[in-house]
Amino acid sequence: MSALTWLALAGAVAVALLVAEEAHRRAAASAAGRRFLRHPTATPGVFILAFFVTLATAAPLLAPYDPAFQIDIVHLQNHAPSAQNILGTDVYSRDVWSRLVYGARISLGIGTIAMLVAVTAGAGVGAVAGYVRRWVGAVLMRGVDVGLAMPRMFVLLMAVALWEHLPLAVLVLLIGLTGWFATSRLVRAEVLSLREREFVAAARAAGAGPTRVIFRHVLPNAAAPIIVSAALGIGNVMLLEAGLSYLGLGVPSPLPSWGSMIYDGEPFMAGAPWTSLFPGCAIALVVMALNAVGDGLRDALDPRKETA
Amino acid sequence: MTAWLVRRLAAAIAIVLAVVTITFFLIHLAPGSPCGESERQLSPEVCRRLRAQFGYDRPLAVQYVKYLWALSHGDLGESFALHRPVADALADAIPNTLTLAGAALLIDFVLGLALGVYQAVRARRFGDVVLGNVGLLFNSMPTFWLGLILLLVFSYWRRWFPLGGMSDPVLCPTLSTLRCVADRAWHLTLPALTLGLVGAAGTARYQRAAMLEVMAQDYVRTARAKGLRERRVVLVHALRNALLPFITLFGLAFPFLLTGAVLVETVFAWSGMGRLSVTAIFQRDYPVVTASALVASGMVVLGNLLADVLYAVADPRIRVRSEVT
Repeated sequence: MSALTWLALAGAVAVALLVAEEAHRRAAASAAGRRFLRHPTATPGVFILAFFVTLATAAPLLAPYDPAFQIDIVHLQNHAPSAQNILGTDVYSRDVWSRLVYGARISLGIGTIAMLVAVTAGAGVGAVAGYVRRWVGAVLMRGVDVGLAMPRMFVLLMAVALWEHLPLAVLVLLIGLTGWFATSRLVRAEVLSLREREFVAAARAAGAGPTRVIFRHVLPNAAAPIIVSAALGIGNVMLLEAGLSYLGLGVPSPLPSWGSMIYDGEPFMAGAPWTSLFPGCAIALVVMALNAVGDGLRDALDPRKETA
Repeated sequence: MTAWLVRRLAAAIAIVLAVVTITFFLIHLAPGSPCGESERQLSPEVCRRLRAQFGYDRPLAVQYVKYLWALSHGDLGESFALHRPVADALADAIPNTLTLAGAALLIDFVLGLALGVYQAVRARRFGDVVLGNVGLLFNSMPTFWLGLILLLVFSYWRRWFPLGGMSDPVLCPTLSTLRCVADRAWHLTLPALTLGLVGAAGTARYQRAAMLEVMAQDYVRTARAKGLRERRVVLVHALRNALLPFITLFGLAFPFLLTGAVLVETVFAWSGMGRLSVTAIFQRDYPVVTASALVASGMVVLGNLLADVLYAVADPRIRVRSEVT
């Protein structure tokens, strides 16, 4: 790695530190924020997330090589970490660090987009099922029962294995569409109690239609469980993507995702463990940070459920 | 209670039926056929004959009705990739999965319970914080990746455990039964540990929270005020009540006993239900895939039902309301 890359890496750490510092400063100003900070791992979690998001956005600066570039296919196969390639090279003589940096884009991107799909669907269905009581709500929740009874990995495997060469966008959509059932239950429970409150009755008395009541009055007040399940949802998706990739069904090569990097390195685990070790560590770190931040957010946003 | 149970059972059957239906149509409507596209091409003539023999040339609706009819008689159909009845294939795979999942759940619950209680007692002290973060780490890594690491460390670097498989195929038949069982346990250790550790991390978190909630109750203060030893207060008065939410965990873990873990079974070459269903999906072995979906969804629904019944039995405060499902 050149001095410039090291400088960029130091810059990324600095940016992440600044973000964590700023988040800490802002959080300390409010009661909810202080509840968030009381969680000992929440601030380090913010730092780790900020660091990896910086890696993803500034990937071209931080990666010395193109992620698909084969440096020297004859001499540099599965080369151990060195000054040149700080995390070593994989079997196709690609730089593991560069792939890890670009992989952050794909892994975090898949996690975020699939989570957005899942949370939107979950919040929408949950709100409608909770607010509209009659048969609509009942039918929706029976559908959710069925969805929860289908093993998610199994459904995804079927879709991906049966429709070979699924575009990445469709895969992400599918991951999202199989992940909203639990969220919808949470949101429905929240909406069921909110719809009986005075402010909802007031909104209705003022002539607001059901759509307006749901989106302007009910859902914003049900934000806490939605935000928490969003934070935890990204991590879940990343683990799922890694699993699918491990079966050879995830992100197609040569695109680097952390899951597909583990898959590529697995046959050489014994001789060149760095090829699957580092991407796995990256997944564990990011998911851990997401869980920590999610726990902190739960404490911050939902003071009723005080977890220690 | 009886009326409630009957209603829940009916709902359960409806859910399983829905899952089977969705799976059936999903896999039949998917492109490709069991004749194989890439490897081992069959001649079109043979393929046509095979399709006719298994009835795959009939309209989908007819096939579906026939499948349901057979299913209602307990007939799961015939696997054409394995050349044997699906029920036989399941009967071979289920004991393997049961062994692995059972061992994993044992580690999960025993270790998770112990850690959770310990962490609750030492809440916010050093031991609790360290264990909490280690648990979070285990909870955050891909399970199959942990399996790979354990394999690397304990089977490759230190040759303490085998690299995979369920028993030694050559040695085992020559050994006595006892030695053979020991060999099985030796093969079981790493995969069970992989699943068990990740599970225990989650269980401990859950148990810690439940325990802390109970420890703040009045009756715990009363027990302390009576002058009982702290040990007795924690292990008898508090733990018994903190075990109630455990029923939920049990209900959630229940399906795992028969569906197994697809990825970990793949890592350790363990021929259980997980691998069976994945292979079946790749081979488009329709009857095996639908049967796996049937087993999986059936176990999920049964697990929920079991948890609800156990709650009603264990906690007299809970009045079963059929409204709440």
